[in-house]
Amino acid sequence: MVFEPWTQGIMQRALAEVALLGLVGGALGCWIVFYELSYSAESLAHALFPGLVIASLTGLPLLLGAGIGVTVAAVAVAILGRAPEIGRDTSVAVVISALFGFGVVLALSPASPPGLQGLLFGDVLGVSNLDLLLAAVLAVVVLVSLRLLHRQLLAVGFDRTTARSIGADPRLADIALLVLIGLATVVAVQGLGNLLVVAVLVGPAATARLLVRRMAPMMVLASLLAVLAGVAGLYLSYYAGTAGGASVAGCMVVLYLISLSVNALLRWKRKADGATAPGALGFAPGPSGGGRDV
Amino acid sequence: MKTAKENSYLAEVSGLSAGYGAHPVLRDIGFRVEPGSRIGVLGPNGGGKTTLFRVLLGELAPLEGSVTVRTRCGVVPQTERSRLDYPVSALDVALMGTLGRVSWWRRPGRDERRRALGALDEVGLRDLADRQFGELSGGQRQRVLVARALVQDARLLLLDEPFSGLDGPSSERLGSLLGRLSSEGRGLMISTHDIEQVRGWDMVLCLNQRQVAFGKPSETLTRPVIEATYGPQVVVIEGDGTREASAILPPQHHDRGR
Repeated sequence: MVFEPWTQGIMQRALAEVALLGLVGGALGCWIVFYELSYSAESLAHALFPGLVIASLTGLPLLLGAGIGVTVAAVAVAILGRAPEIGRDTSVAVVISALFGFGVVLALSPASPPGLQGLLFGDVLGVSNLDLLLAAVLAVVVLVSLRLLHRQLLAVGFDRTTARSIGADPRLADIALLVLIGLATVVAVQGLGNLLVVAVLVGPAATARLLVRRMAPMMVLASLLAVLAGVAGLYLSYYAGTAGGASVAGCMVVLYLISLSVNALLRWKRKADGATAPGALGFAPGPSGGGRDV
Repeated sequence: MKTAKENSYLAEVSGLSAGYGAHPVLRDIGFRVEPGSRIGVLGPNGGGKTTLFRVLLGELAPLEGSVTVRTRCGVVPQTERSRLDYPVSALDVALMGTLGRVSWWRRPGRDERRRALGALDEVGLRDLADRQFGELSGGQRQRVLVARALVQDARLLLLDEPFSGLDGPSSERLGSLLGRLSSEGRGLMISTHDIEQVRGWDMVLCLNQRQVAFGKPSETLTRPVIEATYGPQVVVIEGDGTREASAILPPQHHDRGR
């Protein structure tokens, strides 16, 4: 029963897809969480949607469509963001909604081939070998880039204002992260769809953040959790007949909720213990930095 | 012919105006940082301390005048601004000081780790190298940031209100560390609001959108200079007659919006 789903080619490819998107989403997600880019990641994923749709309609590679989609969105935000009467926040929302709406109109029009709905909600069970190959190449690019950029990203995220003085470059870090989020979105869109992509980019990283306190182990744990949730989602989909992408995304959210509850329980317990233990004041320095000076 | 002392300075600023766009927020600045000197930088928020530091770091070009920095310049930011939940250890932060010397895409090697641990040792935090940065006390975090500048091999350190928010013992420990660093020949520019503390240092630079004064604290910190620096709202607690005032509290002491 445990291995039964994996005897079929469809499920084997789905497993490879969730493994790839889990590795990429988990590792990159840690930076998204600490750079507070969760909303940007979601916006970016939505904004490049028409690019993906047009690429599938015209038979171009999805990557190219995503690249064009992101460029159009960035230019539109840059132009509208300068208009003082609109404001940057509003202009981003206008551009993202307009582009996403345009993509949805194209994807769901009766004239479009039915497969395009997969771009919205994902079709993890419909992954072809070619899709997998492309996803694998992009995954390697993202993971190698994260490895090379690690020290830059760590220094800029720690303190942006003084990053330059120690030889880091905040602009390089920001642009690199946005490009990597774009690439990761293309990897994940096949499995999770444009609407659910943000689940893998934020869920596992937010979970790992509750459990470990150093960046590199956090990235490894987030990737493992994402793959685990992906596999659990596929089991759920196989035995309960639920939609593949939604099941995977759902498992990631459940994982987060579980660790959030465990974390809250542990903190509550530590607080209760601390209150009763004599002389325990200031023993467990929390984020307030109450540690004793030595 | 110039004397040896004239040639030994770490940084020299003369006739400097600096600001954002064409409008200067700081003018008529001229001073020299000698090796081994601790320079207190006094001034209200918005008085130009941050702008001056940015010019010395090369992040902001002067509008007028000249700036010569002859050595590597390290900055020690306010620890109150740092994120306490950020997933780095004290050693990770110290290692960030190696970014400029090792190509940024390479992992720090054994030499870099040894250097970072050595710097943590120098600031008395070797035992806490693996502790998460956010779990350290305010004084310890400040010393980790000093260690980061030492790893950079900075001979000129710019410290942005390093004593703010520290309790008595932490302040004393940081103060003696800064004394030791200056005795090694490093130049320190320390922005602060604590006028009394500055009296114990070598020089003082008073800024209020222009250079109000620069000189030895005993000669410079007169009541007119302090009022010109902070405005007439300073709270003066009169001393015992041996000096102009024994304690002066700047009006924006607790407001650190920039």
